[in-house]
Amino acid sequence: MTGVFSLLPEGRPGLLEPLLSGAWLSGSGEDLPRYLAAGGYAPLPEPGRLLDRIAAAGLRGRGGAGFPAAVKLRAVRDAPGLPVVVANGEEGEPGSVKDRWLLRHRPHAVLDGLRLVAAMTGAGHGCVYLSDAPAERAVRRSLAERPTELRIDVVRTEHTYVAGEETAVVRRIDGGPALPTAKPPRPFESGVGGAPTLVANVETLARIALTHARPEAAEAVAGAHLVTLSGTNREGPTVGGGAALAEVPVGTHLKVLADLCGHGGADSVLLGGLFGGLHGAGWPDLPLDHDRLSAAGGALGCGALYFLHPEDCPVAVATEATAYLAAQSARQCGVCVSGTRALAGTLTDVARGAADAGTSDKLHRWSRGLPGRGACGLLDAAARVVGTLLAHFPDRVDGHRNAACPACAGPAPEDGRRFTVPVP
Amino acid sequence: MKLLLDATRCQGYGLCQEPAPELIDLDEWGYAQPRGTTVPEGGEEAAAAAVAACPNSALRLVK
Repeated sequence: MTGVFSLLPEGRPGLLEPLLSGAWLSGSGEDLPRYLAAGGYAPLPEPGRLLDRIAAAGLRGRGGAGFPAAVKLRAVRDAPGLPVVVANGEEGEPGSVKDRWLLRHRPHAVLDGLRLVAAMTGAGHGCVYLSDAPAERAVRRSLAERPTELRIDVVRTEHTYVAGEETAVVRRIDGGPALPTAKPPRPFESGVGGAPTLVANVETLARIALTHARPEAAEAVAGAHLVTLSGTNREGPTVGGGAALAEVPVGTHLKVLADLCGHGGADSVLLGGLFGGLHGAGWPDLPLDHDRLSAAGGALGCGALYFLHPEDCPVAVATEATAYLAAQSARQCGVCVSGTRALAGTLTDVARGAADAGTSDKLHRWSRGLPGRGACGLLDAAARVVGTLLAHFPDRVDGHRNAACPACAGPAPEDGRRFTVPVP
Repeated sequence: MKLLLDATRCQGYGLCQEPAPELIDLDEWGYAQPRGTTVPEGGEEAAAAAVAACPNSALRLVK
């Protein structure tokens, strides 16, 4: 069970509103008449004004990198050629559910956002890119229910860690495998069929649609995040079984989020899905904010947080995370194949108490030297998990040399099961 | 001028490093690791030789 919560102040428009009020959802789809009555699919006579509003509100992309949405929109609009716009709903982080939830339950908000970014960039063609079967059904039903003036294709992909990376998205839509390519060029320069391409996360698109429907609330809409919260499942009265999808204001302290999903006893956290590293002392007072978490050596990423309890072993969590990433490597970059294998293998040695004096030096060297060397961010994620483990939990790491750790017994699963959250 | 590596193409032949040891390191697995993307002044010839040396066209120079 995954619970659904909103921490937005009363009256502030949010993306979870229909579910929480129980008012808008009919069956498993989004109720079109209610969406229209709330300002959905309103005409857009002046696309430039909406773009200015998005820029002024400071909306940042929700796929993970947090890049300013207006900058990306303008880059695609101003590039030579007829642009293509893509709603990216392929959610590769196992600990995140928000994108699949939005496509399943708010498909009209996502499609509305897609036709708005097409208008703002002058695109002639749109795609919805996804792997989740219920999401695909909801999107197709919504497209049939209210055809848009924009030609929109639905492109199905595999569900892998890298399939939602922007160059993998372009490659798959062009008929290839969903694997990243080297950058430059980035999709805004040369994307689908060589055209300038906007690859936008589905939450970003839904926020753009909400901004258009509620222009007076643009800043509040840009200043809220969908987050997926989870932690080690254990028996006890945890809300929603210990996992939650929540909409929260930027700046919310991480401690509040831990309490919200029944992990108030947590003593550390893994940020950004698997991308933002492990954080110990001081984490409860960190605010949910791209820049502040980056300054703390972490990353907000897609907004997925995994809470660890005192009886959890951060070495075990790091070993499982790197083992999963090694298994999910696209196996295109030699340095990623060798680097993730080395990280996961060496952490396994640490976990088993088989580390020697040189082990920490090796891990330190890799965690500093490997980021930025692969075609996508997977290797960076693995390096950050290891770097933050060494930086924030040196005693826990060292402790494995002296005494067997029960949490680290047995091989680390490679399927990411610990981090996987069911879509509510 | 920039020296760019396509990591998906680098097979670890290591031939790029010979003509450009000041520009490219090889990591412990043999994969190329350019020291920076911007080619320092006077390094253009070595960079071009490194590009030409790669059997898999993993390196390229862009202005």
